[in-house]
Amino acid sequence: MESTILKSENFSAWFGEHQVLKNINIEIPRNNIVAVMGPSGCGKTTFIRCVNRMHELTNDTRVEGSIFYTKNDIYKMNPIILRRFIGMVFQRPNPFPTMSIYQNVIAGYTLNGASLNKNEKDEIVEDSLNKAALWNEVKDVLHRKGTFLSGGQQQRLCIARALAMKPEILLLDEPTSALDPISTAKIEELLFELKKNYSLLIVTHNMQQAGRVSDRTAFFYLGELIEYNDTKEIFTNPRNEKTQNYITGRFG
Amino acid sequence: MSLDDKLSNVSQSTDMERGILIRKYKNIFLKSLVIFLTVVVTLPLLLVLFYIFKRGISAISWSFLMNLPKPVGETGGGIFNALIGSAIIIGIAAVIAIPFGVSIGVYLSEFRKTKLAYWTLLSVDVLQGIPSIVIGIVIYLWIVKTMGSFSALSGSIALTLMMLPSIIKSTEETLKLIPDTLKEASLSLGVPYYRTILKVILPAGISGILSGVILGIARIAGETAPLLFTAFGNPFTNTNILKPMASLPLVIFNYAISPYDEWHELAWGAAFILIVFILLLNTLTKLAEKKWKVQF
Repeated sequence: MESTILKSENFSAWFGEHQVLKNINIEIPRNNIVAVMGPSGCGKTTFIRCVNRMHELTNDTRVEGSIFYTKNDIYKMNPIILRRFIGMVFQRPNPFPTMSIYQNVIAGYTLNGASLNKNEKDEIVEDSLNKAALWNEVKDVLHRKGTFLSGGQQQRLCIARALAMKPEILLLDEPTSALDPISTAKIEELLFELKKNYSLLIVTHNMQQAGRVSDRTAFFYLGELIEYNDTKEIFTNPRNEKTQNYITGRFG
Repeated sequence: MSLDDKLSNVSQSTDMERGILIRKYKNIFLKSLVIFLTVVVTLPLLLVLFYIFKRGISAISWSFLMNLPKPVGETGGGIFNALIGSAIIIGIAAVIAIPFGVSIGVYLSEFRKTKLAYWTLLSVDVLQGIPSIVIGIVIYLWIVKTMGSFSALSGSIALTLMMLPSIIKSTEETLKLIPDTLKEASLSLGVPYYRTILKVILPAGISGILSGVILGIARIAGETAPLLFTAFGNPFTNTNILKPMASLPLVIFNYAISPYDEWHELAWGAAFILIVFILLLNTLTKLAEKKWKVQF
C-alpha cells in the first residue's frame, strides 16, 4: 500500500491582495511522479514553491491552511530544515557560476559549513552524479566550471546537487522548458529512475510531458485544483469539463 | 522576377539612388563628428599626462624616494614622509570604507523596496556630489576640533566618506545583476540566508565589488582638499595616526605654491608618482574584472 508523503489541507495563498491559490486539497503518494499542469498563471508554480516555502522570498505573501510533510506541518517547521528534506530544481539551470562541477554537487554541504573528508565528498559526488545520469559525461572534467556544460547537462547537474542532500521529495519547476528535445528526453528518462527512491512533484505546462512521465496528474486552473487523478484517467476520461477543454486544446 | 532583375530595377530608380547617397554622406558626417569630438577631448588629457611624465621623470631618483624634504636653500630632498603618510592614510580609509561600503551595497540590493533603502540611496547620491573641501571642513569640525589636533586618522575618515559612494554603488549595481535564481538555488539547498549572501552572492559579484574598491582608492589617492583640514601635513616621517601626517597630494600642493624652483621640481616628481600609482590601480581594476568575471 502506498503511503502519503505530502498532503495539503484547505491551502490558500495570496500575493498582496491577489489570491493565487484557492483551497487546495491534494495528497501526494510516496515514490510517485505527480505532474501539476495548467495554463500560465494558474498557480502551479506558486503551489510547489509553497511546498518548500520558497514563495516567502517574495514580499507581501500570506498563506492559510496547511501542508503536511508526513506528519509535520511545514509552516511550523524551520524552512532551512524543511528544504533539506524537500529539494528543488528550477526552470532555468542555475549551477553556481563560481564553482566547479564537483563543488556544485557538494555545495549543499560546503555552503552549510559541514566538514567532510575527501573520501566522503568523492562518494557523494560520484553517487549523486550517477543518480542524475551525468557521471559518465563529466567524470573527467569534474574540476571545470559548472557553467561550461550544456543546458541539459547543467540541469542534470542541478538535479545531482539537489539529490546530494538526500531529500525525500524533489520539486521540479518546469525543469525542461529551457532545454532542447534530446536533453528533455534524457531528463524524463531520469525521472523514471528517480521515482524508485524519491517522490517527485513536477510542474509542467507541456501536456505531453505530464502524460509521458507522471503517475498522477493535477490540473490547476485560476488558482483552483480542478481535477486530480491517475494520469491515465485524466487524459482518457476527464471528469471535469474544464479539464477536458484544456486537454483537447480548447484553451491554455 | 529574378534577383538580378530586381537589383537592376532598383538601380534604375534615380530617386532612390540619391536617397542612398544622402544617407551615406550623413553616415560619414556623423562618424567624423564623433571621432573629431573624441580627439578634441582626449588630446588635452594625453598632453597633461605627457607633460607630467616629462617634468616628473627627471625629478625621480632613489634619494627622492628615500629622503625627507630639505629646508629651503639646500638642494635635494625627497618625499619619503609623504609616501609613508599616503600609504597609511589611504590604507586606514580603505579598511574602514570597505566593510561599511560592501554592507550598505548588499543592503541596497537585497532590500531595494524599503524606505530605508530609498533614503540611503539618496544620501549616497548626495554624498557623491558633496565638494571634497566641504567634507574636509565637516571632519575638521567633528573630529579635529573634538580631538584637539590635526591627525592622520581624521584625514582617513574624510577620505572614507569620499570613497564610500563608489564602493556602495558598484556593490549594489553588481549584485543587482546577479540573477535571483542563484539565491534560490542556494536557499533551496537549505542554506541559511546569511550564508547564501556570504558564500554565493558576494563571490559571484567579486569582480564588480573589487573594481569598485580599487577605483574608490584611485579616487581618494589624489584628494587634497579634505586633507588640508585634517591630516594637515608633516615635514617629518610620522607613523602615529593621531598626529599630523604628510601625504602626496599635500606635498604637491605645498611645493607647487612655493616660490622656489627646486620645490617645483619636487612637486612634479610627486605628481608623477601619484599619476603612476593611479594608472596602476586602473590597470589592476581591468585585470580584476577579467580574472574574476563570472559567467552566469
